[in-house]
Amino acid sequence: MDDLLREFLTESAEHLDTVDTELVRFEQDPNNETILRNIFRLVHTIKGTCGFLGLPRLEALAHAAETLMGRFRDGMPVSSASVTLILATLDRLKAILADLDATGTEPAGADSDLIEALEHMAEVGTGAAPAPVAPPVPEIVLPEPVSRELKPGEISLEDLEAAFLAAPGPDDFPDVPAPAPVAAAPVPTTKAEMGKPEVAKPEVHAPAEGEHGPAKVQTIRVNVDTLEHLMTMVSELVLTRNQLLEIARRHEDSAYKVPLQRLSHVTAELQEGVMKTRMQPIGNAWQKLPRVVRDLSAELGKQIELVMQGAETELDRQVLEVIKDPLTHMVRNSADHGLESTAQRVAAGKPARGTIRLSAFHEGGTITIEIADDGKGLDLAAIRRKAVERNLASQADLDRMTDAQVAKFIFHAGFSTAAAVTSVSGRGVGMDVVKTNIETIGGVIDIATQAGRGTVFTIKIPLTLAIVAALIVRAGAHRFALPQVAVLELVRVGANAQAVEYINGSPVLRLRERLLPIVSLSGVLGNEAVAEASGFVVVAQVGRQRFGILVDEVFHTEEIVVKPMSAKLRHIPLFAGNTILGDGAVVLIVDPNGVANQVAHGAQAAAGQGEAEAAEADPTEATTTLLVFKGGGGGYKAVPLSLVTRLEEIDGDKVEWLGGRPLIQYRGRLMPLVPADDGIAIRSEGRQALVVFSDGERAMGLVVNEIVDIVEERLDIEIAAERSDLIGSAVLRGRATDIINIAHFLPMAYDDWARGPRKPQKAASTLLLVDDSAFFRDMLGPVLKAAGFQVVTASGADEAMATLQADPRIAVVVTDLEMPGRNGFDLVAAMRNGGDRLSGMPVIGLTGSVGAEAVERARRLAITDLVAKFDRSGLVAALGEIDASAQDDVAAAA
Amino acid sequence: MKAANANGAETGPTEDFVTVHVDGVLFGLAIERVHDVFVPSGVTPVPLAPPEIVGLLNLRGRVVTALCLRRRLGMAPAATRDEAAQGGADGRGMAIGLEQGGETFALIVDGVGEVLKLGADTKESVPINLDARWRDLTICVHRLEGRLLVILDVDALLDFGSKGARGAEAA
Repeated sequence: MDDLLREFLTESAEHLDTVDTELVRFEQDPNNETILRNIFRLVHTIKGTCGFLGLPRLEALAHAAETLMGRFRDGMPVSSASVTLILATLDRLKAILADLDATGTEPAGADSDLIEALEHMAEVGTGAAPAPVAPPVPEIVLPEPVSRELKPGEISLEDLEAAFLAAPGPDDFPDVPAPAPVAAAPVPTTKAEMGKPEVAKPEVHAPAEGEHGPAKVQTIRVNVDTLEHLMTMVSELVLTRNQLLEIARRHEDSAYKVPLQRLSHVTAELQEGVMKTRMQPIGNAWQKLPRVVRDLSAELGKQIELVMQGAETELDRQVLEVIKDPLTHMVRNSADHGLESTAQRVAAGKPARGTIRLSAFHEGGTITIEIADDGKGLDLAAIRRKAVERNLASQADLDRMTDAQVAKFIFHAGFSTAAAVTSVSGRGVGMDVVKTNIETIGGVIDIATQAGRGTVFTIKIPLTLAIVAALIVRAGAHRFALPQVAVLELVRVGANAQAVEYINGSPVLRLRERLLPIVSLSGVLGNEAVAEASGFVVVAQVGRQRFGILVDEVFHTEEIVVKPMSAKLRHIPLFAGNTILGDGAVVLIVDPNGVANQVAHGAQAAAGQGEAEAAEADPTEATTTLLVFKGGGGGYKAVPLSLVTRLEEIDGDKVEWLGGRPLIQYRGRLMPLVPADDGIAIRSEGRQALVVFSDGERAMGLVVNEIVDIVEERLDIEIAAERSDLIGSAVLRGRATDIINIAHFLPMAYDDWARGPRKPQKAASTLLLVDDSAFFRDMLGPVLKAAGFQVVTASGADEAMATLQADPRIAVVVTDLEMPGRNGFDLVAAMRNGGDRLSGMPVIGLTGSVGAEAVERARRLAITDLVAKFDRSGLVAALGEIDASAQDDVAAAA
Repeated sequence: MKAANANGAETGPTEDFVTVHVDGVLFGLAIERVHDVFVPSGVTPVPLAPPEIVGLLNLRGRVVTALCLRRRLGMAPAATRDEAAQGGADGRGMAIGLEQGGETFALIVDGVGEVLKLGADTKESVPINLDARWRDLTICVHRLEGRLLVILDVDALLDFGSKGARGAEAA
């Protein structure tokens, strides 16, 4: 039964996605009978299967949706409201399916709200719906012939349902599962053909005349693991073939040259064939987009048309997974920022309906995806300004840059203009993330923009990741493979060529009037770097970083099969894998990303010394990402971004007042709103920006005047304010900015937030918080108090030891591990030698970066838990655990 | 593993061990864990790897992680030999192919001896005065004519280095 359920889940998810897309199409083209029939059939299949599997909730919902769709088929005009309702039903179905997937049982709950709405719509829809719909698009009631022709169809479906439900009954259970879910689409057709020839007609017809021919393609479902295994085996075969060819080259033995050639051909074809099985049309990644655009269009009040070309273009499954989210994000971005509002478009003499065009095509060994909008184009002047403001480039540099180069600044982390943050796009995925994702799979992204005409993003990605072209180089006594996607060019350096120069021991190369930082490959690999650099510099680019890798020799390029590193070696960041070359030797594949990190840290000399030092050196330059917003009176305020859950922009009229307190309905719950300061009045109309904080099930909206920016800076709190709502102020981007104290606002939203919802009013245990930064002490102090602890603070290890010895009440220590002078580890080490009470005391370590070394050290010192520095809920959870075990101990002792 | 061996020794009369030697010390490996015995060649060293790992080598088209038993046991490096193992291990050493978690490892030793059938009568528990590292890696000791055979725990042998990596992943 489990397998059956799994099949059902996979298939229903696919069906629902298709229905999503089809419904949006149907809304635009309500007379297209083929689409309607397709939707009807899919929903019907889901309903039928649910009935069979005994899933009453799903069945009831699907049935109600089907009824409404049946009314469409009978000629009820299709209204936007009814489509929205059906889409909402589909979302509910998906939610139930997700639960089903997670728990294996249908979740409890009632859907009477939706079902009633659907039934209501089905009954009275005819009367109510046309009114709002008729004006925008002339919706015509289906002509008579349709309804006449449909009559048999309606009967047929009932019959089909009966057949469908009846068919499994007599059979043995184990036999049934296979036919039903595996071939759900074909089954009704065949049954219909057998049972009622006249009914079969429309069913068979539908795909033939419709655009969705592929539905009839003969397919079987194959487990992904099977395909992966096949791919591995073929890779082995390719390697063996390469080795044989290498041997054949050395021996002039013609007798076995011919069969070898055949083997070679067959292998190549087999490789291609297997690669094909991993290929999926890019349309799979686009499937959700029509729905996304439709919803956005409603949300933003813009008319948007989504045109998709080349959906059948195929690419590797693995690659597809990686680009799915970036593509969705970019389409959202285009809809939100790219396209102007309808009014602006009309004013500019453009068609009112904006267009987003997605296209994909093959080009050489890569696939090119374009996302184009016909909106206003990027505001290059604003980007230039911003770039200077953030010291990303000097004015002189900018003047020399082309528009395309300037446009690329939008890929910098946190580079957004003030207007950019809205509920649609401010979801924490920025263009920098998009770019990083694309680059991790060896892709590149480009922008072309024209003011007033629109923006085109071009993404080029490799077809597959399993086999890559690599440059084989030598460093020291060994060969390495460098993936070619990262390589820009090769430069010969040495005595009678260009020379490498040194600045304080760091090698650099003059390359076309620019300085290129260089690392020696032997150097980063921990060998002695040769004093006189000669050989080749491989100019590589990773992200925005361009650097040179010095190698001794460059051989050739080779198509290599990437094999994963052994589990024992996977922690070395410099290698992406290994491969076997044609001559049988194993070589390591250098990961350009890993090398790039080494370049940035300048850790070449210390590379062999391990990462602990690097981790300890980091915090001195630790930066904090802050969200900057405007409070009342136009003053700038900021809050650490890591505490923020989401940024929202709501309609002022959505704010409701309950008992004198403002609330909004947010994701199906009521969320209280709290103004960031007294000077802010909650707007009753227009857009209102919110910063949402959440903790478990609770959420609070901080009302701000305007969201300004996200900045990443080293935080120096300058004045400790004597106000509970502020932690202090700091200079961010040259502006005096107040850093707000979220702990002050949380209790304003929920009276009991401060008391700690989980353990109300128990004897508070005393906790020592050790952190060198006043900011963190002030930030975490209230949080810990809220979690039910008495908090004592110390600013360093020595002070902490003194406090620990003086205050016997302290039961738990929370300490920052990275502090100047004696750090947290030293403190814990001292505690462990400090007598009974201290040696056994639970300690939670806070750390900015958790490295393997730190984990190992923490284990040796019996540190109870390591928590990331900003992970407030993680800290509270860790404390909760300690508390629980302590109580257990007490219970055991008693 | 331990339990299985102990039971085998009590109920069945004998167990089979592949013997290998490093620095004149004789070690035994349960025969069912040994997949291959071969001469390692063309070892590619892995920079920055844990010290026990000699490098990677190609065993019939598979990439195998080679690990040095001498270093794993913390034995004094016999300078010349050890360097030979590091530089290429050509000709001198032998390798035992072991599998764990779907991965193949090559255990580099000085030489491989015969397969011995041993019963419970010669079996002794690990002497408590053994070095802690050795104690963790050995199951028992067999008294042979004139010398001792130290039975190694294959799973414990291969359980190294990944702790840090696992920690990093968890974090």
